[in-house]
Amino acid sequence: MGLGLLASRTLLRSGKIQPGNFTSLLRRCIVSTTELQNAEAAQAQAQPDTDLPKRSPVGGARVHFPNPEDAIEVFVDGYPVKIPKGMTVLQACEIAGVDIPRFCYHSRLSIAGNCRMCLVEVEKSPKPVASCAMPALPGMKIKTDTPIAKKAREGVMEFLLMNHPLDCPICDQGGECDLQDQSMAFGSDRGRFTETKRSVVDKNLGPLVKTVMTRCIQCTRCVRFATEIAGVQDLGMLGRGSGEEIGTYVERLMTSELSGNVIDICPVGALTSKPFAFKARNWELKGTETIDVTDAVGSNIRIDSRGPEVMRIVPRLNEDINEEWISDKTRFFYDGLKRQRLNDPMIRGPDGRFKAVSWRDALAVVAEVIHQVKPDEIVGVAGKLSDAESMMALKDFLNKMGSNNVWCEGNGPNPNADIRSGYIMNTSISGLEKADVFLLVGTQPRVEAAMVNARIRKTVRATQAKVGYVGPATDLNYDHEHLGTGPQILKEIAEGRHPFSSTLTNAKNPCIIVGAGVFERNDKDAIFSVVETIAGRAKVVRPDWNGLNVLLLNAAQAAALDLGLIPDSGKKIESSKFIYLMGADDVNLEKVPEDAFVVYQGHHGDRGVYRANVIFPASAFSEKEGTYVNTEGCVQTTVPAVPTVGDARDDWKIIRALSEVAGACLPYDSLSAIRSRMRTVAPNLLNIDERQPATFSYSLKPESHQETGTVPFGTVVENFYMTDSITRASKVMAQCRTLLLKI
Amino acid sequence: MLGRLAAQRFREIRQVFRQIPLVSRSFSTALNYHLDTPDNNPDLPWEFTEANKVKVKEVLSHYPSNYKQSAVIPLLDLAQQQHGGWLTVSSMNEVARIIEVAPIRVYEVATFYSMFNRTKVGKYHLLVCGTTPCMLRGSRDIEDALLKHLGVKRNEVTKDGLFSVGEMECMGCCVNAPMITVADYSNGSEGYTYNYYEDVTPKRVVEIVEALRRGEKPPRGTQNPKRINSGPEGGNTTLLGEPKPPPCRDLDAC
Repeated sequence: MGLGLLASRTLLRSGKIQPGNFTSLLRRCIVSTTELQNAEAAQAQAQPDTDLPKRSPVGGARVHFPNPEDAIEVFVDGYPVKIPKGMTVLQACEIAGVDIPRFCYHSRLSIAGNCRMCLVEVEKSPKPVASCAMPALPGMKIKTDTPIAKKAREGVMEFLLMNHPLDCPICDQGGECDLQDQSMAFGSDRGRFTETKRSVVDKNLGPLVKTVMTRCIQCTRCVRFATEIAGVQDLGMLGRGSGEEIGTYVERLMTSELSGNVIDICPVGALTSKPFAFKARNWELKGTETIDVTDAVGSNIRIDSRGPEVMRIVPRLNEDINEEWISDKTRFFYDGLKRQRLNDPMIRGPDGRFKAVSWRDALAVVAEVIHQVKPDEIVGVAGKLSDAESMMALKDFLNKMGSNNVWCEGNGPNPNADIRSGYIMNTSISGLEKADVFLLVGTQPRVEAAMVNARIRKTVRATQAKVGYVGPATDLNYDHEHLGTGPQILKEIAEGRHPFSSTLTNAKNPCIIVGAGVFERNDKDAIFSVVETIAGRAKVVRPDWNGLNVLLLNAAQAAALDLGLIPDSGKKIESSKFIYLMGADDVNLEKVPEDAFVVYQGHHGDRGVYRANVIFPASAFSEKEGTYVNTEGCVQTTVPAVPTVGDARDDWKIIRALSEVAGACLPYDSLSAIRSRMRTVAPNLLNIDERQPATFSYSLKPESHQETGTVPFGTVVENFYMTDSITRASKVMAQCRTLLLKI
Repeated sequence: MLGRLAAQRFREIRQVFRQIPLVSRSFSTALNYHLDTPDNNPDLPWEFTEANKVKVKEVLSHYPSNYKQSAVIPLLDLAQQQHGGWLTVSSMNEVARIIEVAPIRVYEVATFYSMFNRTKVGKYHLLVCGTTPCMLRGSRDIEDALLKHLGVKRNEVTKDGLFSVGEMECMGCCVNAPMITVADYSNGSEGYTYNYYEDVTPKRVVEIVEALRRGEKPPRGTQNPKRINSGPEGGNTTLLGEPKPPPCRDLDAC
C-alpha cells in the first residue's frame, strides 16, 4: 500500500493522469489528517459551498421511474436528487454522481451490509449509516464528504487491512483489486495493528477457481452469487468472529457452469482464475471487445491478449444478453486457441500422411478436383463456429460450381429457413424475465446455453414462474416439473389432457422454448406443429407478446438460416464425391464415401482432419472480423484480438482465392464488399448490435401432416465443456470434464 | 536502524507466541472445515431414533410449514444429544434433509455456535466458565486441576472416552463463581442433563469427576456447604427482620 501511495503521488506530480474522476479519487487519499483527528471541530468550521460544480451520475446511471408519483427528493452533499421510492442511499448517491466505496454491495446480488465500507453521514442520524442497506427517505440529507464519513471509512479500511496479507506484488488481483484501489482512495496511510495476522486454509474449488483464503475480507459476494445466480448452494460462511471463513465445509468442487464469475465479483484476490494464475499482470494486457462463439448466446466478452497470445477472457456488460456474467466454457476455453492449430496448407499424400505445401499448390489441387466431379456431387458443410461472411462466400462459391448442397451443421437434414420466427428466440433473452410459465421442449438450457438458463433461473427466483420440462431427466438449477421424456406428452398438453396445459392457458405471458436438438429428429415438423397447437391454445403468440422460442446450439446456426444455407436433400453426403468442410467437425464422417475428396478448412486439427484430403488453415474467431447472429437474432461482430497463426487466412478469403483458381471468381475482394452481398440476401445481418425481431409468425407456415414419433428426446449436449473444435483442444476444458462432470 | 527495528519486531512477535499457547483460545471444538475420518464422514448412515423422530415432528410443528429451516438449532441440539454430544457430517446432512435446505446452510449454523461440537467429546463434557468473574475467582486453576487430573489437553477426550474439558463463556452464575457445567451425554437424548456445579474448588472438581466416573450424580448447584443456592455464606447478613411496611399517613389522626 505504501508503494501504491508513493506511485500515486509521483503520478500526480508528473501530471500524467488526465484530470477527471480518477484523479479526484486519488487526491482524496492525500487529505491531511489534522481535521480528521478533530472531526467535530472541522465540521463546525466547514463552510457550505455556494457554487456547486455540476455532477453527472456514476457510470452514466439512469433513473427509471416506474411510477412518477413515487419520486422522492433527497440531498446528496447539498445537491437535490430525484429518485424513485425504495432506492437505497447508495443508489441515490450514485445518481447524484458520488461513487461510494463498497465491497459487499453488488447491484445484482442481495444486500448483505456486512463490509461497512459504504458508511455515509446522514443528517440527524446519531452515527454513520451503511448506505447500501439504508433505504433513502424523503428529504434525507446525505453527506458523503464530511470528516465523519471519511473517518468512518478510514476506520473500516484499517480493520479490513488488519488481517489482509500484504502480498499485492504476488497477487493476481493486483492492479484491478477493489481493496487496493479503495485503500488508496479512502484508507489511512498507516495502521495500528501490531499483532500477527490470521491465516486461513485454502479451499479446493476445482480446476477453474484458485483460492487464497487468507486474502478474503468476508464480503460474502461469492456465497450470494453461488446461492442466488449460479444456483449451487455449496459455499457458505463458516465459523464466527475472527475465525470466520468462506468455505464449503466438506471438500466439494464448485460444480456450477457459472463458477468463473466469482473471480470477477471477488473484490480482493481471494478467488482468482486458476488457468490465468501468475501468467500476466492486468496492465500489460490489451483488451479487445468482442463476442463469444462457443454457444448460440453470443455473450459479450473482452479478450485480454499480450502479444500474439490470448491471456484471458472476461465478460462485458450487455443487459440484453449476458448481463455481466459468462459461462465457464466461454471464460476458460481460450487455451484451446493455442493447441492443435493448423498452420500450413496440407495435402494428404499417397502414404496417408499430410505434407505441408504452399497455398498455391493446395488451391490448385482442390480446384482441379472440383472440376472433375459432377455438380450435384459437391457438398459444402459450414461448421459451428463459422461467421456469416464465410458462409456467404461458401454458398456463393458452391452455387457457382453448380451445387446447392450447402448447410450448416446442427440445423438438421431439413431445416426451416423460410420463416425467421421458426428458428430464433422471439421473446429475446431479456424478455424471458417477463414470462411466468416456461415449457422447455427437448432442451436442457443449463448445458446448451448457460446464460439463457441463468435468465430463466433469475425469472423463477424473482416471480416464482413455473417451469415444465419435456426431455430426459436432468438437473436444471431451479424448481421444475418434469412432465415426461417424449413427444407424447406434448400431444397430451396440446389436447388439454395434461394438467400442465391449464397452467399454460392460465399464464399471463407463457413461454415455450424448443431446443435445437429437435432439428435433427425425423418427426421435427410434427413436433413443431404440436408445439404450435399448444401455443395457439395458450395464446403464446399475441401482438404484445411472442413466447414461442427456439433455443439454438451454435454460434453459426442463426446466420446460416438467415443466409439460406439449406441442403437440397438430407441424404447428400452419402452420394457425394467432393465435400467441403468449413470447420465442420460434427458431420458423421462414417457416411462419407471412400472415394470422396474431402477438403477441411478450419483452425483446429479436430475430427474433420482425420478424413480430409486437403487442409486449408483458417483463422479462429479471436483472429478475424466476422458477423454472428445469436439465438435471439441479435447481430454482433467479432474483432481480431491477436494475429493469426502460421499461414492461416480468414475463411472467406480462402474461398475467394479458391474460386479464382477454380475459374469461378467471386465478385468481392473486401469485407465491405462481401457484406453488401450479404445485404441482398439477409439485410438484417448488417444491423450490428441490433436485435431484428422476426416479422412473420408461425401462422403463415404450411401445415404438417406428419405424426409425432415415440422416440424420447435425447440429451443434445452430453459434455458442456467440450462442444466444438476449440473447446475440445483445450486442456482446461478437459480437466473440467474429468473433474466436474463425473456425476 | 531498519535492522534494529526489524529485530525488535521479531522479538515482539516471538513474545506473543510465547505468552499465548495457540490452543488456549479456541471457542469451538473443531476446525471450520471437515476432514474425513472413519467415524465422521458423509458416507456413514445416520438417522434420528424412533423416539427422537417423534420429537422432531413436535419441534417442526412449532414453525410454519414454509419456514422449516427455523428448526435448525433445536434439531441440531437433538442430534447432538443423540449422538453422544457431537455432530457428524452425516447427522448435519440429515438435519438439512429434514428442514429442506442445502447442507451448507446447516454447516454454517453448526460452525457458528460454539455449543455444537463437531469433534468427539467425552460422555461427560466438562465446561469451565472462563469469563471475568469466574476467572477472577480462579477458573484457570480449576481448569488446570481438571486437565491435570484427567491427563488431557483442552477439547481432548480421555482414553476411556468418559471425559473431555472445554471452555465456555459466561453462563450467568457469576454470583457463585467459579463454576463448571457438566453436559451428561451418557444416556442419550432421554437421559441428557446439563448441570451447573458452582462455587467449585480445584479439590472439589476432582471429587465431582471421580463421583461421575463411579456413576453417581453429585448434587448440582453450589458446592459450598455453607451456602444455600446463591445466598451468602453462613446465612443472611442483612434484611434479617420482617420487611417494613410502606409508610402511611395515620388516617385516624386527621
